[in-house]
Amino acid sequence: MMMRLDSRRAKPTWVAAFVHRVSGLALAIFLPVHFYVLGLALNGEAKFDGFLRWTDLPIVKLAEAGLVFLLVVHMLGGLRLLLLENSGWREGQAKLATSAGGISIVLAIVFLARVL
Amino acid sequence: MSVRAYVWQRGTAVVLVALVAVHLGMIFYATGKQLTAADILARTRGSVPWALFYGTFVVAAAVHASIGIQASLVEWLSLNRRAARIFGGCFGAALVALGLRAVAAVVL
Repeated sequence: MMMRLDSRRAKPTWVAAFVHRVSGLALAIFLPVHFYVLGLALNGEAKFDGFLRWTDLPIVKLAEAGLVFLLVVHMLGGLRLLLLENSGWREGQAKLATSAGGISIVLAIVFLARVL
Repeated sequence: MSVRAYVWQRGTAVVLVALVAVHLGMIFYATGKQLTAADILARTRGSVPWALFYGTFVVAAAVHASIGIQASLVEWLSLNRRAARIFGGCFGAALVALGLRAVAAVVL
């Protein structure tokens, strides 16, 4: 699928494709950092625990909620794309895309409420 | 995107949907129970199922991200396909190396 930046195409499914691309890129940038932090456990639990204590800061919790949003919205967006391409399901795609965004926001808020 | 890249992109996507769903469940479980590093490592260390789960996760995510980055570089930055393939390949290889190191850190 070719996708170029063009604000005139602001239909729900185009927005969904755009969010899918941006969330994927953001997750790809985050992954090396995530793997590096987990690798700290190789140097002992103290260092790893020290990092986990840093993640207690509210601003970090907010960033983590953002990551939960990115992960859920990318997963649901990918699932919609897989269904669209493989099942021929064409109806209600705008509603599905909007619902995926809504579910992602709700889960990120639930996550934030649990960790704050 | 070539047919081969498309098939790998969608194939890894199918695998990742299931793995991400489980991973999200783990995130909500761990945060709900307020687990410490020691608690997490006590559950994962020496566990073959977790090693297989996260090992598969790392490889699938690396392949998926590598192809996605290549497509973005070509479509959004107009990079030529060969350069995008080289960058994406290096990025994917780095993700596999870092990711498997992380898996080793939490399961060994």
